[in-house]
Amino acid sequence: MSETFMIDGYELVVGLEVHVELATATKLFSASANRFGDDPNTHIDPVTLGLPGALPVLNRQAVELAMRIGLALNCSVQACTFHRKNYFYPDMPKAYQISQYDVPLNIDGWLELPGGKRIGIERAHLEEDTGKSTHIGGTGGRIHGSDYSLIDFNRAGVPLVEIVGRPDIATPDEAKQYVTELRQILVAIGASDAKMEEGSMRCDANVSVRKPGAPLGTRCEIKNVNSVRSLGRAIEYEARRQIALIEGGEKVRQETRHWDENDGRTHTLRTKEDADDYRYFLEPDLVPLAPDASWIDAVRAALPMLPRERRARLSSATGAPADGEAIMVVVERGQDDYVLAVAAAGADASRALVHVKEAYAEQGATPAVPAADLARMIVLETSGKLTSTQAKTVLAEIVANGGGDAEKIAAAKGFEAMDTGALEAMVDEVIAAQADAWAKFCAGEEKAMGALVGAIMKASKGKADGKAVTALLQSKRG
Amino acid sequence: MAELSNAVDIANAVRNGSVSAVAVLDQYLARIDARESSIHAFNLVTREQARSMAAKVDADVKAGRDPGPLAGVPIALKDNMCTRGVPTTCSSRILDGWKPPYDATVVTRLAEAGAVFVGKTNLDEFAMGSSTENSAFGVTYNPHDTSRVSGGSSGGSAAAVAAGFAAASLGSDTGGSIRQPAALCGVVGVKPTYGTVSRYGLVAFASSLDQIGPFTVDVRDAAVLLEAMSGHDPLDSTSIPQPALSLQASLDRDVKGLRIGRITDLPGGSDSEVEARLAESFDALAAAGATIVDVELPSMKYGLTAYYLIAPAEASSNLARYDGVRYGLRVDAADTNAMYMATRAAGFGDEVKRRIMLGTYALSAGYYDAYYGKALKVRRLISDDFARAYQKADVLLTPTSPIVAFPVGAKVDDPLSMYLCDVFTIPTNLAGHPAMSVPFGTGAHGLPVGVQVLAPTLGESVMFQVAAHLERVAPGGAK
Amino acid sequence: MPETPQARISPDAVAKVARLARLDVTPAEVDRLTNQLAGMLEHFADIDALDLGAVEPMTQPYPLVNVMRDDVVKPGLDRDEVLAVAPAAEDGRFRVPPIIGLEG
Ligand SMILES: [Mg+2]
Ligand SMILES: [Zn+2]
Repeated sequence: MSETFMIDGYELVVGLEVHVELATATKLFSASANRFGDDPNTHIDPVTLGLPGALPVLNRQAVELAMRIGLALNCSVQACTFHRKNYFYPDMPKAYQISQYDVPLNIDGWLELPGGKRIGIERAHLEEDTGKSTHIGGTGGRIHGSDYSLIDFNRAGVPLVEIVGRPDIATPDEAKQYVTELRQILVAIGASDAKMEEGSMRCDANVSVRKPGAPLGTRCEIKNVNSVRSLGRAIEYEARRQIALIEGGEKVRQETRHWDENDGRTHTLRTKEDADDYRYFLEPDLVPLAPDASWIDAVRAALPMLPRERRARLSSATGAPADGEAIMVVVERGQDDYVLAVAAAGADASRALVHVKEAYAEQGATPAVPAADLARMIVLETSGKLTSTQAKTVLAEIVANGGGDAEKIAAAKGFEAMDTGALEAMVDEVIAAQADAWAKFCAGEEKAMGALVGAIMKASKGKADGKAVTALLQSKRG
Repeated sequence: MAELSNAVDIANAVRNGSVSAVAVLDQYLARIDARESSIHAFNLVTREQARSMAAKVDADVKAGRDPGPLAGVPIALKDNMCTRGVPTTCSSRILDGWKPPYDATVVTRLAEAGAVFVGKTNLDEFAMGSSTENSAFGVTYNPHDTSRVSGGSSGGSAAAVAAGFAAASLGSDTGGSIRQPAALCGVVGVKPTYGTVSRYGLVAFASSLDQIGPFTVDVRDAAVLLEAMSGHDPLDSTSIPQPALSLQASLDRDVKGLRIGRITDLPGGSDSEVEARLAESFDALAAAGATIVDVELPSMKYGLTAYYLIAPAEASSNLARYDGVRYGLRVDAADTNAMYMATRAAGFGDEVKRRIMLGTYALSAGYYDAYYGKALKVRRLISDDFARAYQKADVLLTPTSPIVAFPVGAKVDDPLSMYLCDVFTIPTNLAGHPAMSVPFGTGAHGLPVGVQVLAPTLGESVMFQVAAHLERVAPGGAK
Repeated sequence: MPETPQARISPDAVAKVARLARLDVTPAEVDRLTNQLAGMLEHFADIDALDLGAVEPMTQPYPLVNVMRDDVVKPGLDRDEVLAVAPAAEDGRFRVPPIIGLEG
């Protein structure tokens, strides 16, 4: 744990707000398609464009996915309402965003980081996304100095859940873990594809610093963080900027700041003084949403096992640490069920974990290789019929072919099993031929063993298992 | 005034082949040609579309297909209802050049019932007004006296029916915008229960108050139109999930035994002749065996305040979308914000700006609780008062408007006195209840007076039952 | 500080509200609107006498809940038809002047 993380004697206090686009077929309030990457303005309808007379109707599936998110984050799901957040922006068709305000769908949950620390979730509410502006002319597509902008409303009205975390994050690394873990949960429950690069998951960070024990410092909100790596960098940069201000006798101003990936800095976007007056009021075109207990229970019951539980399960099956690299990687790829299937087919679970982690990077959550094929290969390996080097070679071929009989592949490669009797005869021959080295080895000169093993491997044309040879030599030395 | 034929008679004649829809349409277009220039009921007369709709109705009849209960009925639409490919202006410059790419649900439903759309009618800009003087395209004059207003905001729709330009029309009613012009023009106007008629495709003024309803020459026609328009619409989340209203059966039902509520603390200030007509309407119902009961609505007098905070607040948000980006007017400027400011300043008229300002202020930081929040609580008080009254009475009667049609220009410089025109109609919208105006004799200068029948939520049947009786006994004789 | 409802609305407040509402107003219009709004607000002060402490706000006239639709795509609008009536379009998109000066 890194609870003692400090920069120049200051603690960091970080809270994250994450927006995720839900994986629905249609938009939050209309039957227009929710699809990324198509030609501009091809998924528009009267509601999406905010045409006069158009009215919103809530998407049941969006509500269900939002409930999944809430339940997966240990929130309470409650009866709730929708409000209008009024502000003018050209990619905001109605000049108000339909969002949830004082009574959101999900409240009071938490997310557990792989190491066990819990980060509080204040709320996770439903709202609609905006369109997309492209800035033309000026320098490099930036808003400032552009000649004009072009608006595409395909994204307008796409359902979002905004997950507001409590300021429980104390280090840039915890922030990265939080987002990584959240992403995995969202993918696991089918709520979102949660791709930061494509913008289907967007993260804003509220950052402040303070001396240990001091009251909370003034916070700044950092926007435009487009990757987990940038998130860590942006938080660290911003913390150091604030510390420098304080140390220089200045005050931190509450403001919204923009992370610039190119120069690795945050820049003022707008200050608190010119914050909009959003004139929230209850959306009169919608009625309250009050999911009943049976719906909530059904959504809860249908939730798949979450990454945290999956890691624990794989850890107890393999003996590897739950937050160790192998388990983190395999569970993130969704291959933990596969590893367990390989173990169920008779193979050593920890070897299965290692092989899957090493050789299945390109495979998805359901690898093409039948679990039984990998299991058979591992049995050959653990019974000494394949050396670990040979095992890797055989596995590479199995993976390339989407499966295969390990014994046949081994035979085809001339990796035929060398039984213990043949190996012992070969060892005896080498001891006799290299009496010098044998004597040194018996005298305790461990370096001499290298020469003996090398000779045996040469004699066996590489088929001997190095571990078995070493064991044999040691037992003969007595 | 032309002798008006009603929608039901037209539809029956067209359906049984005794008259063609095209011939009916030609009569109406001829009246428009003769008199529209002195009334200005329409922003647009859709002759070609009307002809092709009428021809299709006739073809259906010839082929033995039933065109529907409104077969060949010429109907005018308030110009705040979206009609695919036909300009929809809300009588505002801000929608300059816009043609909706879709039809409002009511438009679709009436077309399916065989209606023939003759045009889009004038209104106070975005339905904000009580005289149709706030239109960007000029005043609509009262067919009974063209020096006077037709009421508003649906003045064009009321005048179109009164002048015989259409057998029926649609309006929208946010605070009385159907009932008040119906009263001033001497026609029937209905505001149904909120949620009964879909708002999909109605350009929003104040979403929690807006409701579409019909103008007709008689009560039966209003029932038939409402039957065709009402019923659940999945495109409007506030649409009540129930089938279309069934009203015609109640029209001939005896009013004997009904309890008719008289509001003892009704805000005063009505013309004496208007008050006399109201008294006569009570007498007529009592004579027919109804019981007159006294009820109190102590919060009614706060209706204007609640309404003029709630409606502008919602409107300030609903009208924010007119920003020059996607449709309608744009006044170019160096940056987007300047474009917004210039476009909206040029596109909206004074009354709309005034209400946007009032609503923005009522919702803004630091003022919400004092204005908008408080108004919502007053709305509850009014609704509770009505609930108590309807425990004693089946319907309530009031004048629709405290005054008869007033001269053009008489109130334009005094917004508050204009707002007072709606003192009897506004509380209904706040409560979400149905109410309708029935012509009931005349007042000053021989101008029409309307009596308003109010009923509780989904009480349209009893409301129509009483309205039909008032129509039969109205001074000047039954129609 | 929030003004009490009885307090007169100031021309500054009117100018600020006009900015929030994105309405260009001339100084003369500010004066006229200040007077009109002040008159209305004075009239609306009638509800200040009411005891509303225990009153539940009423936001919708008919009590519906859980109105939802199925997640099924329906054909949308034709882009060319929509852009044909747009004030400015380019490249299948809506064109606007440079986006600056949008803060409150
Ligand atoms: Mg936020
Ligand atoms: Zn958000």
